[in-house]
Amino acid sequence: MNTQTLPAAGNVRFRNFLRSQMRNIAPFVTLIALVVFFAVASPSFLTVDNLGNILTTMSVTGIMAVGLTFVILCAEIDLSFAAIANATGIAVAYFTAQEAYVNVANVPLSGGMAIVLALIGCLVLGFVNAIGMTKVGIPSFIMTLAMMQIGAGICALLVRGQILYAVPPQVSYLGTESIGGVPVIVLVLALFLLVGHLVLTYTRFGRYVYMVGGNREAAEFSGVNVKLILGAVMVISAFCAGTSGMLGVAYFGSAQQDEFNGFLLDAISAVVVGGTSLFGGRGGIGNTIIGLCVLGVLNNGLDHVQIDSFLKILIRGLILLIALIINVYAQNLRAQQIQSTE
Amino acid sequence: MMSMTESTNNGDTQPVARLKMEGISKSFGGVAALREVDFELREGEVHGLVGENGAGKSTMMKIIAGVHTGYTGRMLLDGKQVHFHSARDALDAGIGMVHQELSIVPDLSVAENVYLGKQPTRNGVVDWKAMREGAKRQLEMLGINVDPRATMGSLPIGLQQLIELARVIYSGARIIILDEPTSALSPPEVRRLFEVLRGVRASGRSIVFISHFLDDILEISDTVTIFRNGKRVATQPVPAIDKSWVIEQMIGLGHEDLEESYTGAIALDSKPAAPIVLATRDLASGRAFTDVSLEVRAGEVLGIYGFMGCGQLELARALFGKVKPDAGGLVIEGKPVRFKNTAQARRAGIAFVPESRRSMLFYHEPVYKNVSISSLGRISRLWLKPAVERGIAETQVKALNIKPAKVKALLGGLSGGNQQKVALAKWLAYPTKVLVLSEPTRGMDVGAKDDVVKIVRGLRDQGMAVVVVSAEPETVLSLADRIVVMKKGRIVKEFASETISKDRLLEAA
Repeated sequence: MNTQTLPAAGNVRFRNFLRSQMRNIAPFVTLIALVVFFAVASPSFLTVDNLGNILTTMSVTGIMAVGLTFVILCAEIDLSFAAIANATGIAVAYFTAQEAYVNVANVPLSGGMAIVLALIGCLVLGFVNAIGMTKVGIPSFIMTLAMMQIGAGICALLVRGQILYAVPPQVSYLGTESIGGVPVIVLVLALFLLVGHLVLTYTRFGRYVYMVGGNREAAEFSGVNVKLILGAVMVISAFCAGTSGMLGVAYFGSAQQDEFNGFLLDAISAVVVGGTSLFGGRGGIGNTIIGLCVLGVLNNGLDHVQIDSFLKILIRGLILLIALIINVYAQNLRAQQIQSTE
Repeated sequence: MMSMTESTNNGDTQPVARLKMEGISKSFGGVAALREVDFELREGEVHGLVGENGAGKSTMMKIIAGVHTGYTGRMLLDGKQVHFHSARDALDAGIGMVHQELSIVPDLSVAENVYLGKQPTRNGVVDWKAMREGAKRQLEMLGINVDPRATMGSLPIGLQQLIELARVIYSGARIIILDEPTSALSPPEVRRLFEVLRGVRASGRSIVFISHFLDDILEISDTVTIFRNGKRVATQPVPAIDKSWVIEQMIGLGHEDLEESYTGAIALDSKPAAPIVLATRDLASGRAFTDVSLEVRAGEVLGIYGFMGCGQLELARALFGKVKPDAGGLVIEGKPVRFKNTAQARRAGIAFVPESRRSMLFYHEPVYKNVSISSLGRISRLWLKPAVERGIAETQVKALNIKPAKVKALLGGLSGGNQQKVALAKWLAYPTKVLVLSEPTRGMDVGAKDDVVKIVRGLRDQGMAVVVVSAEPETVLSLADRIVVMKKGRIVKEFASETISKDRLLEAA
């Protein structure tokens, strides 16, 4: 009897473990599979130079994704962060002295002043998101959709269809320089990921974020100031977006309208592909890191193999779809497990 | 194959077995919930099902209703073996279940809820007139007089329950499973429900009635089956048994004293001289309640009793800053306060446990995070201290006898009664001034209820002010030292320092 039931029980436990870790395992397996595939398909993929490339190109997305992780963990969404990034990047260039050929009536200030004003600007936009959601009661999807337009509007008013090039030297340093071969922008990304992880995992605020996402009503009935937490994550998201926007402008070498539009879907994809639950309360920066790697490897790897460049867009869409299916599927598995133990 | 002939052979003398379950076993993650259980449901009978929380009765019914699909054993419907793969399958075979958590759509109208998923159409468009008239006719046959255009969510819970029952009956179900149908109902509503059920039985349908209210079970059932620890321990026709026998079967011998009937006189041990901790002054909120002035004293349990929908649940929320009053105010230890949110109420020393566990607990999180959430600000400022949290949780788990006594276990894996204790434990790590409990024993078995009574009395004796809000007279009578009765949003009666009985309490409401 015993010899028969013991392995069976262990099997059940192992299966339960696999089921409960599905959202963490699946993205990791995806990443490994993609790396192996591209390494075999292209000799130029798995080189130190190329890995550095991948890291650098995912930095701008990554910094945004850190803030977005907070928002999605609360079971909310931010659609405005790319527009806020764009507006902040343009703002910091707007307050910097430009070359004579730039045809924008801008306001040149000292570098430090420009950075502070731009950051205040993005924090104010995040704060407006927070007020709209918590005081007025607008759902985040709609509120940030409006903010997306407002951000685009600010960009349009500042540059009026022109392009700005110069940014403060501090921003330029962070966005373009390297220390010992490592791009500073990658170090900034690492810093944001690290701080994000520490805040989410080891602080009281981080715990509240998970609890509000896990069961908002229960958090409120436990005496947690839910609106304060929701407001705070929107401001955090805007701050990350703003920083990312400034560094992005330095990295790309120009500040213009619609520069960051593609990053909206990229950052959302990274967070969700990584396995952070769209229903809130599960996931974290670790998942976001994996998600960023999957996206970075995919975007980069597709350039290394012989493939119709128009097909790449479709492939990325399919990968995102598969990740969403796994995300929802993992959520259901989880719900079943909880229910079956009642 | 044998059983087919067996089950039909009895047909001459007794009603036919409509449903027969043979040797049913079911386990969740290695834990057996049902062990080799036989169960038989006859045509035209009301079959009462009792047992403590976790005894397996709900699991059995969910197998019958197609909710749980993986099990061993045989299920015979009208002598034919069946195996449902979904609740839809079961419904198609004529088995409907009304769950404890109602599956109504609160934003739709009554008529739409009655016809959910099968709206009458004319030329491909929904025939609203036929739907409204049909719903009205069906509900009137059950003695329910309600405007079919009313929004479901605006009706009292009792009425919603009857409407859902109506839906299941008119969906053509021949076997109707009711899980705790009376726990949210007032006595007149219960009477109405029973009249409806008797009518349903007379039409030859079979009803399974799961409840913790033994009086209700014994009143309505023809047969009673008792579950204990995943096994069926007894099945008896009703005239042959009484309440104390059922309790004995449920929990084993020697526990009769757990269930008090509260029909006799109970002395209220009020403390009129104790200091007032919390008071409300002419508190009012929308249509929920008006002119509520009451005082909560240290070391005293204040019971607030009223039928469902009489405003007591909303009043409890207002004390915790969840519902904002339109008029009047709160006074804590002589100082007027106004809560903008629940966090302010928590900081002012108010603790609240809502009536539904779902709105209090984090099922994906370990027990210790559930316990520490309400006192996190006192445990740590910025950085979490998980070791301290676990220490506090371990103390509470021991003090409240929560099982399993593992603070790292996921909350979702605990049984209902233990989850309820965790909901209470989160407020006990640091002493609060006022503890507001909404329906603290709803859906609990007698043993767990007794634990709650002991815990609450212990807190009161330490000098905490406790408010117990309930629509169950037993809950209020077993816990309170002073009782106020609410009726349609107003306080109509107060019982203090006197003897009271259940019928006097019901009379006042």
